[in-house]
Amino acid sequence: MTELSGYRFTKTHEWVRRDGDEVVIGISEHAQAQLGDVIFLDLPEVGAELKVGQRFGTIESVKAASELYAPVSGCVIDVNRALGESPELVNNAPYTDGWVIRLENVDEGGSELLGEDEYRQLAGE
Amino acid sequence: MNRRVRIDPRQLDLPPDMSRRTPLYDRHVALHGSMVDFAGFCMPVRYSGIRDEHMAVRQRAGLFDISHMGEVRIRGEGALGSLQRLCANNVGRLRAGQALYGVMCNADGGIVDDIIVYRDGDNDFMVVINAACHDKDIAWMRQNLEPNTELCDESDEWSLLAVQGPGAVDVVTRLVDTDVSVLHPFHCVMGHISNSAVRVSRTGYTGEDGFELYVSNDSAARVWDAVLDAGSTVSLLPCGLGARDTLRLEAGLRLYGQDMDESTDPFSAALGWTVKLDKGVDCIGSTALRQLDPQHPPRRFVGLAFVGRDIPRHGQTVSSLGEAVGMVLSGTYSFSLGHGIATASIAGRVDPNAPLDVDIRGTLVAARIVPLPFYTRPLRSSLRNPHPATAIPQRE
Repeated sequence: MTELSGYRFTKTHEWVRRDGDEVVIGISEHAQAQLGDVIFLDLPEVGAELKVGQRFGTIESVKAASELYAPVSGCVIDVNRALGESPELVNNAPYTDGWVIRLENVDEGGSELLGEDEYRQLAGE
Repeated sequence: MNRRVRIDPRQLDLPPDMSRRTPLYDRHVALHGSMVDFAGFCMPVRYSGIRDEHMAVRQRAGLFDISHMGEVRIRGEGALGSLQRLCANNVGRLRAGQALYGVMCNADGGIVDDIIVYRDGDNDFMVVINAACHDKDIAWMRQNLEPNTELCDESDEWSLLAVQGPGAVDVVTRLVDTDVSVLHPFHCVMGHISNSAVRVSRTGYTGEDGFELYVSNDSAARVWDAVLDAGSTVSLLPCGLGARDTLRLEAGLRLYGQDMDESTDPFSAALGWTVKLDKGVDCIGSTALRQLDPQHPPRRFVGLAFVGRDIPRHGQTVSSLGEAVGMVLSGTYSFSLGHGIATASIAGRVDPNAPLDVDIRGTLVAARIVPLPFYTRPLRSSLRNPHPATAIPQRE
């Protein structure tokens, strides 16, 4: 079970974790369970500027397609290329190897982030 | 995020209007099945994951609980006549122990449901119907019986398990006290598994070899356990409705309510091969069906293949050279083939060689028409040349 103390969550089931001046973003365990087997992700290019709350991509599973929303503002400096070949990483390791994008120049203004306990309550776990 | 209702098996107090359970509900929960409502039944959509389960069936074997399906016994001197009226296929050609796939049509030639009909005797048949059509089908059949025909709805009496995959024969042969390895497709035989009576039918909905096992509700859990146990030698997996759907779509098999409905004639669903208008008895809808040209039906049912992982979904518009010509019926990602696949209904006049596009959430994605089925299993010698049974194998 991943240690989640450094993780914060959005109401739309993304998580964000600080890594120095950068943040890493992915989707929660609850989200991947709801989605089922992930088939592919439609993600932004490196260099894209994201604003908090903005839709930045789509995650497609056998069941349905869902939108991904930026938890904070920032500039995309990395995208998890491994997900192209192995989208199931999102299902199997949503908090670690299944990370989705990495941002720099992060601005948390306007963000509504929840701690682990608050998020768990929201997700009904 | 997708707001699909998910019933948490850890909840102890379940709402009173919750879906019906099959006798295997506890097994599904114990195996960490993700439960959803399907046609009023609480069913597992997956256990370990749709991909794992799908590939298990293609490569080894999988076990499904499909007890939600309905079973209707039609009996009496008028039984054959009734079924020849209700079903567009030729029920009269069935011998005892044999089954056929067909459709029931309404007076306009539209499909009421697709069914499997088993013949158990001269005047004794069992009809298997879709769970989602249960009430409609029972009412429709009752309304259209010939004299001297008895209809018994046995849906609540039978549980149904499916064992599917290249390893299914190995597993089921070891369990049943009758040699089922020589059973031809669409034939059934009565036998026993763990002292429980079972109808073993060489049928399925996955495109693989396999069996469907009809057992009493009391025996369902015992037979389920026996299959899982025997199946461990081939690494058989329990499989849910998610994999059932990806498997059947790859195999080009229809899902009533999605691929066709009461407004679809069988020719427009590419099911003309199940319609036998010259069988000597007119089925309901035959007048309307005779007006249609099977070679040029009002709508064409086609398979579409996509280049990448784009997943087409029911209801998305299909266009040809900028003009809307049809709609996606069933769509999914094919785990076996590695790309998106879909069935679609397109206007009969569309040039089959013209390029097609599907509007996937605002983006036009190129699709090409491919023959069905999308996936065909490799030839297995045991089915092509079944050896005659010279002795009943000794039970271990």
